[in-house]
Amino acid sequence: MGNEYKVQVNHLTKKFGNLLVLDDISFHVKENEFLCIVGPTGCGKTTFLNSLSKLYDITAGEILINGMPVDLKKHNVAYIFQEYSNMPWLTIRQNVEFGLRIKHRPEAEIREQTDYFLDMVGLTKFQDYYPDQLSASMLQRAAIARAFAVKPELLLMDEPYGQLDIELRFRLEDELIRLWREVGTTVIFITHNIEEAVYLSNRILVLTNKPTKIKEEIHNDLPRPRNIADPAFVELRRKVTDLIKWW
Amino acid sequence: MNQNKNGTKDNKKYILMSICSVLVFLFIWELVTDVLGIFKSTMLPSPVKVFGTFIDKFTNTKPDGATIQVHTLASLKVALSGYLIGVGIGVPLGIAMAWFRKVDCFVTPLFDLLRPVPGIAWLPVLIVFFGIGLLSKAMVIFLSAFIACVINSYSGIKNTRMVHLWVGQTFGATRSQLLFKVAIPTALPMIFTGLKVALGASWNALIAAELLASTKGLGFMINQARGIYRPDIILVGMIAVGITGAILGYLIELLQKLVMKRGWRQ
Repeated sequence: MGNEYKVQVNHLTKKFGNLLVLDDISFHVKENEFLCIVGPTGCGKTTFLNSLSKLYDITAGEILINGMPVDLKKHNVAYIFQEYSNMPWLTIRQNVEFGLRIKHRPEAEIREQTDYFLDMVGLTKFQDYYPDQLSASMLQRAAIARAFAVKPELLLMDEPYGQLDIELRFRLEDELIRLWREVGTTVIFITHNIEEAVYLSNRILVLTNKPTKIKEEIHNDLPRPRNIADPAFVELRRKVTDLIKWW
Repeated sequence: MNQNKNGTKDNKKYILMSICSVLVFLFIWELVTDVLGIFKSTMLPSPVKVFGTFIDKFTNTKPDGATIQVHTLASLKVALSGYLIGVGIGVPLGIAMAWFRKVDCFVTPLFDLLRPVPGIAWLPVLIVFFGIGLLSKAMVIFLSAFIACVINSYSGIKNTRMVHLWVGQTFGATRSQLLFKVAIPTALPMIFTGLKVALGASWNALIAAELLASTKGLGFMINQARGIYRPDIILVGMIAVGITGAILGYLIELLQKLVMKRGWRQ
């Protein structure tokens, strides 16, 4: 019972003092699903993800992974942040190893996983560099490798490509899709970029302004690889855009 | 490559200029003492005389009862024992104050109250308690080093970025993993700054303490020389204080380079 969904969010509510930010949100995510969450700027998307990952204490409601309340020590979760989150005192390789070492994985597995994902994101050549020697996109790729290296059952991403230019974003989006299909993880991806959401997702949740609720749920069955110029793609993007406009 | 060449050229120029500045300084000093006689040698001895005394002091135990090596070692012994205890208690306490809210609430107000009191200001009260031996001086050094270590470790830990802690937390890190794998590495540059500041403070406090109350050490040697109008020995003492302090600073710089790899130096 309850195991048909990977993630169940029931009546999630978050208040900062008297300010109601998340208002009684409920939704479920299936195993291996790629869920995108979009909404107007400042609608509390990051609060939403931070509540989901238990970085913030929630005011009311419950969040279950495999039918059990979220416990970051037990559930294998990884989070890719909007800001740069590599540790400046570690090399790129040590950064990718970080999660595995926290989880006390055996040394052989650490080596194997790190080699594999450094290669997947094209950073093998740069593994002994320090973060301040690398470009923005390389740093975000290192963060992605670090997240995938622990083989997370749930991967949370908060506008990971928000600060990158379009070309790099396209490239990293394709890379992400490839990793997601290969590793087979459940992804919740937050973005304010509608095109990105339509390009990546199986399903899109559109959020309202604060206090945040789910405005609409859109299934996205466009075949992959997707083409942003395809009429069906454009149509879906327009549909989501119309939902977000609040003016 | 080109830049590198320029770099070594600039470097050479810099070294040349430094040597010039020291030579000019010594020349003027010699000029106003031995050559022109503006200052009498009982007030300001010439550099030649000071150098002679410096060499002589390695073997001559007069007038203060010991050679300069013995005085320097005596000073170092006190300074380092106080310093090491100050570091040993100050760094962990600073970290604990920044990391554990309860320790922060309990200790920080008291610490803020004591912090503005210079270490040397404790000396009179310490002499009353412990006399003028090793203990009261070591206590002064300890306080000076301790305060610098606490302040720097504290702000180092407080510099920890939220997002780094979150990365650890989402991977399921325990509180102690967060402390040792995220917060302390973040704080390490500041902790080292603390160690350096504390070392300088210890050395300064020691000399000041010896000037006030002691039976050996460089400060004692200087004070004795003052009593018998031997300005050359005073200057020798000051030079020894300066050289020893510089060597200590260099050693800790070296330690920092060994411990901290590139990622910490931006």
